[in-house]
Amino acid sequence: MRFYRIYALFLRHFYLIKSSFPRILDLIYWPTIQIILWGFISKFFTMHSEYYSNTAGVILSCAILYDFLFRTSISFNMLFLEEIWSRNFTNLFIAPLKISEIITGLTATALIRTLIGIIPAIILATPFFGVTLFKLGPSLILLFLNLYLFGITLGLLVVSGLLKYGPAFENVAWSSLFLLAPLGCIYYPLSILPDWLQILAKGLPLVYIFEEVRSILINNVVDYRNILSALVLNFIYFTSAVLIFYSAFNEARKRGTLVNIGE
Amino acid sequence: MTNFAIEINKLTKKYKDILAVNNLNFKINKGEIIGLLGPNGSGKSTTIGMMLGLIKPTSGNVLIDGQDIENNRTELLERMNFISPYIELPKKLTIEENLEVYGRMYGVKNLKNKIIDLMSKLNLNSFKKRKTGELSSGQKNRVSLAKALINEPDILLLDEPTASLDPDVGDYVRSFIEEFASKKDTTILLASHNMAEVGRLCNKVMMMKNGAIIDSGSCNDLISKHGRKNLEEVFLKIARE
Repeated sequence: MRFYRIYALFLRHFYLIKSSFPRILDLIYWPTIQIILWGFISKFFTMHSEYYSNTAGVILSCAILYDFLFRTSISFNMLFLEEIWSRNFTNLFIAPLKISEIITGLTATALIRTLIGIIPAIILATPFFGVTLFKLGPSLILLFLNLYLFGITLGLLVVSGLLKYGPAFENVAWSSLFLLAPLGCIYYPLSILPDWLQILAKGLPLVYIFEEVRSILINNVVDYRNILSALVLNFIYFTSAVLIFYSAFNEARKRGTLVNIGE
Repeated sequence: MTNFAIEINKLTKKYKDILAVNNLNFKINKGEIIGLLGPNGSGKSTTIGMMLGLIKPTSGNVLIDGQDIENNRTELLERMNFISPYIELPKKLTIEENLEVYGRMYGVKNLKNKIIDLMSKLNLNSFKKRKTGELSSGQKNRVSLAKALINEPDILLLDEPTASLDPDVGDYVRSFIEEFASKKDTTILLASHNMAEVGRLCNKVMMMKNGAIIDSGSCNDLISKHGRKNLEEVFLKIARE
């Protein structure tokens, strides 16, 4: 891998964002609205729910973390879709870029894109709702890492679909996370789900991540087994997603779709 | 070391029941400019796609400087480039930004000077800060040309490089390519429907039909061999046979 090629890919998207105020606004707008909405919902539950009493900000913390995951995944998809929409796709694939460099470049750029959106929202949460993610302690870093890995994994799977099925797969890009959200147990404990769904849900790193958030914020207990389970699952899914991406790229080369994917 | 910049050996591409390229064989010497002619759907773009590693051949291989593109894609693409009117540069980036991005991607040394030099030679200086999407098609074409030459490629693949350009800009682009190729000893494969362009730039022409090369030679050889007045008539004869 060559750093200058990864940097070039980052630069392409950095220039795109920096030159467009509506794009920057769009990045910040949705996470902020999301945080304000969930901030009030969180406040209401804190005042009227026994489960959440005296644990101000559990729902809001989960909402912020979920939004981080959502933005990571969407950012990754967006970076790829931008190339299709701008008909620049072929230029990228005839440039001397390795697949590993494309994945690394998009992964790093997606993080920066996500942070541009989520940091103002996190900052807003403290003065408006008295909630800070730092209450999660050092585990926060591992929680973010897990969410980032899962977001990139979903992004890789969607992009593989775009390579395999073309721009028609775009709708899946937008809906992928909504499909998983009910099983992810973001705002409620795993025990709420019926037994058979719990079995399915336990296959998702999200369950362990958000169970851990609740464990820390409600019970003041850090259970590293949850974090470890999420990391192991993420590692398996991420590795599989990378392999699927390579396979989709090879399939696209066989089908000749890299030449005209934007048309 | 091989003397051939490009060697195509028994190259075949099949999409389900469609045979897009059928057992293609040709070699191009270093520094040669070769025209690839043929009606739409004759397999030119698929051939170029396989030469760039964008399309995986069903069988056969493409050797660039003796190395198989399938096994050395990244290394070989550093020394190649491509222009087609069907692909564009990011529209929201300025000319300068686009050239910087692609220059970095190709690992170009002294990039800043290289960009200044190319913009000056291609008369792009006066709108270097303008977004690429805001340019006229002639200006966009020159930016694409600058992007294609940013790495001073040893091998340049051109797919209808002057399509949709007015005669003046078209002539300018052709002159620029001609001058660049003679100075840098660049090998060029030119796919075009503009017979005058092919006649002016190419040392040799290959005629493609139904995925195969059905004739080749210098422009004059082909004209006299087919008993026609010019290359366009040769093209029409072959296309309609």
